[in-house]
Amino acid sequence: MQVYADNAATTKMSKTAIEAMMPYMEGIYGNPSSLHSIGQEAAEALANARERVANCLGCEPKEIIFTSGGSEADNQAIVSAAKNGERKNKKHIISTAFEHHAVLHTLKKLEKQGFEITLLDVHENGLITAEEVKAAIRPDTCLVTVMYANNEIGTIQPISQIGAVCREMGVPFHTDAVQAAGHIKINVEEQNIDMLSLSAHKFHGPKGVGAMYVKKGIIIHNIIEGGAQERGKRGGTENIPAIMGMAAALEESCAKIDENTKKVSAMRDKLIEGLSKIPHSILNGDAKNRLPGNVNMCFEGIEGESLLLLLDMHGVCASSGSACTSGSLDPSHVLLAIGRPHEIAHGSLRLSICEANTDEEIDHIIEKVPQVVEYLRNMSPVWRDLTEGRKNYVIQ
Amino acid sequence: MLYSEKVMDHFTNPRNVGVIDDADGVGEVGNAKCGDIMKIYLKIENDIIVDVKFNTFGCGSAIASSSMATEMIKGRRVDEALELTNKAVVEALDGLPPAKVHCSVLAEEAVKKAIKDYYDKNGIEYDRSLFPDCGNCEHCHN
Repeated sequence: MQVYADNAATTKMSKTAIEAMMPYMEGIYGNPSSLHSIGQEAAEALANARERVANCLGCEPKEIIFTSGGSEADNQAIVSAAKNGERKNKKHIISTAFEHHAVLHTLKKLEKQGFEITLLDVHENGLITAEEVKAAIRPDTCLVTVMYANNEIGTIQPISQIGAVCREMGVPFHTDAVQAAGHIKINVEEQNIDMLSLSAHKFHGPKGVGAMYVKKGIIIHNIIEGGAQERGKRGGTENIPAIMGMAAALEESCAKIDENTKKVSAMRDKLIEGLSKIPHSILNGDAKNRLPGNVNMCFEGIEGESLLLLLDMHGVCASSGSACTSGSLDPSHVLLAIGRPHEIAHGSLRLSICEANTDEEIDHIIEKVPQVVEYLRNMSPVWRDLTEGRKNYVIQ
Repeated sequence: MLYSEKVMDHFTNPRNVGVIDDADGVGEVGNAKCGDIMKIYLKIENDIIVDVKFNTFGCGSAIASSSMATEMIKGRRVDEALELTNKAVVEALDGLPPAKVHCSVLAEEAVKKAIKDYYDKNGIEYDRSLFPDCGNCEHCHN
């Protein structure tokens, strides 16, 4: 049995998405900027996709800009808000310590350019509050950017409340909704969201395509200069097949949100319950305010990369926040941000499931993870020190 | 594939895992903060390493490096084991990804530390320069 439990990394494309793409690779291959009929057919498809994506988010089609993915959307939204702020001499940005690197690294770059960045501390449950955002807002704040749902621990932030606070204070609000779109109901109008980023391959669409919602009235600055595509805000011939695949996948995911949430969160809770029986293990992130498909746990005394490799051999594809899997010396900044010490953060496991997973697969994971954890603990000098009383457990 | 077949073999079927309760020399290197710790136990008779065991907390290549290093010194004279280099461990494993070379360094250091412990316990004179004590994670990781 091979169980794919790494849907937060990427998802399998849906049949609906693949079928939606095919005509635009075979027959309707025109460039939407061309005036002839083949080009205009593509232009019509593009307009149609924009409308459908807008419908899923509760905005107008002209408020959608197609991008190469979530990272580009995050970059462009944040840089645009920063430039708009700079013109009014506002150079303060508020975000959180556990954002995706597409956000954090963009903010780091802006900091070097003279912006002041406030990264709000995240509570141990992986959440921040709207009150904390409000308290951090200053007269010179030009942007608040808070991720909708965290990519590692799956915690869902109080986006509507944060949006309300930002609207009240007159500060633009961006949210990186890459993990949320297609999995949680979003309505940018009702939630007072000014800018939002999403990525198609996180909801069974193709890779290399995403979208940015920008509320009308907010000036957007180009990252990619070129032609008049995307109202001149994003140069480059539109990736029509991918955009069609994204629109179809988002529509399908949004139509099934209630049904999927019910099914997937039940499997998630079963996984959490099963894996919590492993001694000295802990769930990362709030048990309730989390994505339906996200499970993230730390197991004391072991390291994540070896855990992943062995799980893979036992047919479980998962992910970890250990340093060895990130290619850096430090383990996941998300786990550190919620206060997990380094040695614990190295032993983390993220399982991200979707509606295609089955109860049998969940049982398989619940059977295999404890075996592999025990095997690794048996050869771990850290575990030996803990069990023989030379060190104290961090996770009780 | 991230790792060579040799690495995967030593990772999935590690040789010499365990503890020697009456070891003649024990060496532990690394720290949990960095994400890898190796502990090597030696049983030495007539200057020959007759048995060796290890415990490792770490990634696949850390476990494979420990396993390979223990295999390479088992049955050897102590002074031969002292000549084990991380490079030899890497070669024996058919290579390690650049970011993982520090695991082989840890294996070499763990062996040396265990031998130093044996020398110290038995009052054997040795050249202290053979045992540099680094203790800096960043050193090997970068």
